[in-house]
Amino acid sequence: MKKFNELYHYFFQSTKGLILLAMTAISVITAVWGTLSGPMVEWGVRDVVVGILGMDLASVERSGRIIMLYHVIAMIVVAIEVYIMTSIIPMRKHQQSTINATITVGWITAMIFGLAFGYFGHNYFYHGLFLVGQSLIFFAGLLLTVALYPWRKDYLVTNNEYAHTKKGYDLERIAFFVMAASMLISAGFGAVTGSFWSNGHETFLAEDLIREPGKTALQKSIIGHLHIMLTLIAVAITLIVGRWMDWKGKLHKVGMPLMIIGTIVISGGVWSVVWTHMAHTFIYVGSVFVMLSALLLVIYAWAKLIRERIAEQGIENPTFFQKLAALLHDPIKFGPFWQMVFMNFTVSGVGIFMAVKLEQIFRVWPAREERVTLTGHWHILSAIVATIIIMYYVDIAGIKGKARKWFGWTLIIASDIAFAAVTIFSMKRLFVIEYYEQPLVNLTMLLTDFGLGAVLVITGALLVWRLIDLFKKDDPLWQKEANDPELDINPTAELTQAGRDRIKAQIESEGI
Amino acid sequence: MKLIKALLPLLVLVSFSLAADEIDYVDTGVDPDTWITIPSGDFNFGQHNHVKTTVEFEIMATHVTNKQYANFLNEAIAQKAIYVKTDTVWGFHPGDPFDEYLHEFEIPAGDYPLVPINVPGLRLNYVDGKFSPKSGYGNHPMVEVSWFGANAYAQFYGYRLPLEIEWEKAARGTDVRPFPWGDHIERNRANFISSHNLFEKMFDDVVKTTPVGFYNGETHNGYKTLDNRSPYGLYDMGGNVKQWVGDDHKYVHYRYMRGGNYNSYELYLRVWVRDSAGPEHTSMSLGFRCAREPVVEVETSATDSVATE
Repeated sequence: MKKFNELYHYFFQSTKGLILLAMTAISVITAVWGTLSGPMVEWGVRDVVVGILGMDLASVERSGRIIMLYHVIAMIVVAIEVYIMTSIIPMRKHQQSTINATITVGWITAMIFGLAFGYFGHNYFYHGLFLVGQSLIFFAGLLLTVALYPWRKDYLVTNNEYAHTKKGYDLERIAFFVMAASMLISAGFGAVTGSFWSNGHETFLAEDLIREPGKTALQKSIIGHLHIMLTLIAVAITLIVGRWMDWKGKLHKVGMPLMIIGTIVISGGVWSVVWTHMAHTFIYVGSVFVMLSALLLVIYAWAKLIRERIAEQGIENPTFFQKLAALLHDPIKFGPFWQMVFMNFTVSGVGIFMAVKLEQIFRVWPAREERVTLTGHWHILSAIVATIIIMYYVDIAGIKGKARKWFGWTLIIASDIAFAAVTIFSMKRLFVIEYYEQPLVNLTMLLTDFGLGAVLVITGALLVWRLIDLFKKDDPLWQKEANDPELDINPTAELTQAGRDRIKAQIESEGI
Repeated sequence: MKLIKALLPLLVLVSFSLAADEIDYVDTGVDPDTWITIPSGDFNFGQHNHVKTTVEFEIMATHVTNKQYANFLNEAIAQKAIYVKTDTVWGFHPGDPFDEYLHEFEIPAGDYPLVPINVPGLRLNYVDGKFSPKSGYGNHPMVEVSWFGANAYAQFYGYRLPLEIEWEKAARGTDVRPFPWGDHIERNRANFISSHNLFEKMFDDVVKTTPVGFYNGETHNGYKTLDNRSPYGLYDMGGNVKQWVGDDHKYVHYRYMRGGNYNSYELYLRVWVRDSAGPEHTSMSLGFRCAREPVVEVETSATDSVATE
């Protein structure tokens, strides 16, 4: 019973345990639900899984099922980001525990009942509880936004190297706050439309509407919603890894305003898609700001990795190759920023290329080809965010030595092979005519399956290692993490005297 | 991109050492000149089953075949209704209404490409000014035909392309089935990505199409098929090659394609799924079938007969 209590405390009350729990849930869902499409269907795996689990896969309900599935996964990803934020951004302890508890109950409820409704029969009790789960997550977001409120004197920047206003307000905290507030409003665009379900709004996948000239306001709202939610998830992970690297100095001071302005402009642009054709212009402008900020982070992070490794080695005048070796020394810290760079080739670059070649491509390609490109590019962006989270987690878990290097390089190389293969597959019409496409299709599909399979295998290995650790008697890692549950903070701002006084006064008034 | 382009010919050479210009003819016993009457009335349109109504019309039981299209080309060229120039068959199109909508692509009256002659996916020979199907491909669906080419065929014989709503009714009937033949799909029910049909096995993946009426429940060269006819008796309303439908869509002028093809996952074979492209688009996985107004048979009474005699 004691161990059970300790495990409960670890998994539901420590940041590291909460992240592990959420990652496990996503991995299991990905492993099982990944068998329902693609080559798994041809190999007959889907039929076996459907039979064993008793799934109900009516063909007409596919769109709805997929919507439930990616909402479930997205909710858990958001929860992981929230756990990290409540740990690394200074806030009151009770705020952290309330936010974490609310979002944990939220994603578990949404996961269980969302998947139950989507895949195991249409009991509307399940659907109702799915909505309850989502509402709890929204409420946790509300609490987080309040906790992040940056214009109070409790948390002021004392180290001049971090971006701040003249009054000392923390610009990074403002960036987190803007992201969280934007996410709440953007969630509203999905929720309001969802409330019209079967009452003027019908289930659809955005990629199926790409060539419909007369989209309804509700359809535009949903299309905007899904784009901005993924963008904000990416913004959040960028800010998180920036804090992980203790981003500061001149690049921080330039990067943070760019990130704040970019987040506001993109969000506003996406929301405006419901009313105006100009939305894309706003989105492009905002994207430039956000991507410039991310570029500055990459420059800072890589320079730091080189500097620290060279210092560790005691090299005084390093050559180019020594610097390169230093950069690549730790794949787990090099990887997230490499993935951000790589994203430009597989996501942003593709998007810009498509936009520039709009007339040449979309008048010529069938919608199905365009659909593949679009779905490919946002699947890649989601997967890149996932790989960054995994690398961050490997660092949290304290994996060192060869295991760290093998894991890191396998994750980077395998995932990038898959992403590159998907990109080439989706744009194959640029390189090869239909008659000769089969070898390219076969090769890119093989590489995609290999890459994604390798990522799943090593992630599975990581989780099995953590599972075995739960049963270890001598000095298990989970107990250490339970005793040291928080992440490295590298705080940009510190609790001020005013903040201390406020807390003290509150404690006294509440008689605690 | 240059590297990829440089490597591709090598890949192609390795994988396509086998040419597929001639194949064995497989007689399915289905006549491609068969027309089926679709009665007027309500049916459930689209994924969300919106009730819509069609008037009575007739539609071909199968895709237009290579043989049928070759005959059309020869006849229409002889009558100077269409012509061959720069490796392409051309024909006149009166143009689409233009509204100057954002990004609208204007299609004015003029001559448009019907069929590109020298593309490798085309299963027609063009020798001495005459078109003929490549050996064994006579009863395979005509492919590499643009919407203009499909429409030209239909117009030439006094037919038309089916409207999207007509196509879907012919595929689905009056119930809410997702596939033309019912609720589920099996590998040997239709020519789609999982079916690995007889032709793919025989010709190393190069031949992808199946003859019209192939999935009729019979066994062909040892390959047992299931009947994939729709409630009204149309073959291949899911799989084999996609089909142009007739509607011009205001503001975009894309033409819709229905039915999925041999490369499609099963979800694209559902009766409401659309694909679209500009009317000039051609593909080796895209064909068409025609519709026409019902042929009115005038019943002659006994009195009339006597009077005539």
